[in-house]
Amino acid sequence: MMLTLHQASNMAHRNRVINLYKSLVHLGHDYPLGWDYFRPRLKAAFMKNKDVKDPEKIEQLIARGNFVVKEIETLYMLKKYRTLKKRYYSSENDLTISEFTKKIESDL
Amino acid sequence: MARVLVGVKRVIDYAVKIRVKPDKSGVVTEGVKHSMNPFDEIAVEEAVKMKEKKLAAEVVAVSCGPSQAQETLRTALAMGADRAIHVEVSGAEYETLQPIHVSKILAKLAQDEKADIVILGKQAIDDDSNQTAQMVAGVLDWPQATYASKVEKKDGELHVTREIDGGLENIKVKLPAVLSADLRLNEPRYATLPNIMKAKKKPLKKVTAKDLGVDLAPRIQIISVEEPPVRQAGSIVGDVDTLVSKLKESGHV
Repeated sequence: MMLTLHQASNMAHRNRVINLYKSLVHLGHDYPLGWDYFRPRLKAAFMKNKDVKDPEKIEQLIARGNFVVKEIETLYMLKKYRTLKKRYYSSENDLTISEFTKKIESDL
Repeated sequence: MARVLVGVKRVIDYAVKIRVKPDKSGVVTEGVKHSMNPFDEIAVEEAVKMKEKKLAAEVVAVSCGPSQAQETLRTALAMGADRAIHVEVSGAEYETLQPIHVSKILAKLAQDEKADIVILGKQAIDDDSNQTAQMVAGVLDWPQATYASKVEKKDGELHVTREIDGGLENIKVKLPAVLSADLRLNEPRYATLPNIMKAKKKPLKKVTAKDLGVDLAPRIQIISVEEPPVRQAGSIVGDVDTLVSKLKESGHV
C-alpha cells in the first residue's frame, strides 16, 4: 500500500510526538516534586493539543516540547551542582567558586 | 591517541535522605534510589570531551559491584563511553569492598586495557573516602593530578589546574597518568532516553576480581555508623531586650 505524502508526514509527526512524550516520561521520574506530580501535568499538556491538525502548529508544539526537555535537564544539573557545592564546599567567600557559579549560571 | 579508563560507582542518589540501620552497621540501601556518583559523572564527561576533541581514541567505563552496577555502566555508555567493564563483586563482598581493592582492580584493568589516562571522581558521595585515584596512581607508579578543575593536553603532556586550599595549582604530568575530577571540571551531560537506548547495544564485558588476581579480603572493619546530631530546637523571644540579653549571654554580641 502506498502512503500519500500527507499520510507519511502525519506518521512522522506521530512518531516524533510519541518520542517526545517518552523522553519527558523518562525525565519526569527524577522530577524534584515527584513522578505523581509530574505525570498528570505531562499528560494534560499533551491531551490539550490532541486535536491539533495543522502541520505548522504541530511543528511549533514539538519545538516547545523539546525546549521543555532542555529546561528540565538544565534544572536537574543545576540542582545537583548546587547541592554538592553546598555539601562539600563551605567557604562562600572563595572567589573562584562564585565566579565559576556565575559562569555556569550565565551559560544556562 | 590515548585510551581513557574511567571509573564509575553506583551510590545512593544525592537527593535521597539517608537513613542509618537500627543496628548501626551501615545505611539502608534496599528500595532506595541509586544513581551514578556525581563526581564520576564529571569524570565520564571529561573523558567523553577528550574523545570529542580527538585527544582520546576510546573511553572505557569500569564499575565494581553487584549486577546493579551495570545500570551505572549503561548511564556511562549513554553519556558517550564506548564500552564498559563490569567487575562482578557479590553483595556480601561488596559491603566490605574498600578503595584499596578498587584501586588494585582499576590498576590491573588499566594495564590490561593499555589505558593512557585513568579518570576517576575525586570521591564518592557515599563513603567519601577520597582515596581511590591516589592509590591507583600508587599501584601503577604513574603520576597523579587530583582535584582537577581544568585539563589541557599539550605536546603529549597534560596541563592540569588543581583545586587546593585557598587557590589553584597548575601542574603538568606526563602520560600515562591518573586524574581525579573536582566539581568544577565540567558540566556533565544528561543521559537522554534515546542515548540510553543506543547504549544497550554497546559492549559490556564481565570479569571477576579473581580473574584479575585481586584479593578482596577487607582491611578495615566498620565499627559503627551513626546519624549526625539533630539540630537543637530554637526558641522565640518576646522582645528586643530579651534577644539582646540572650545574645550577650551566649557571647555573640
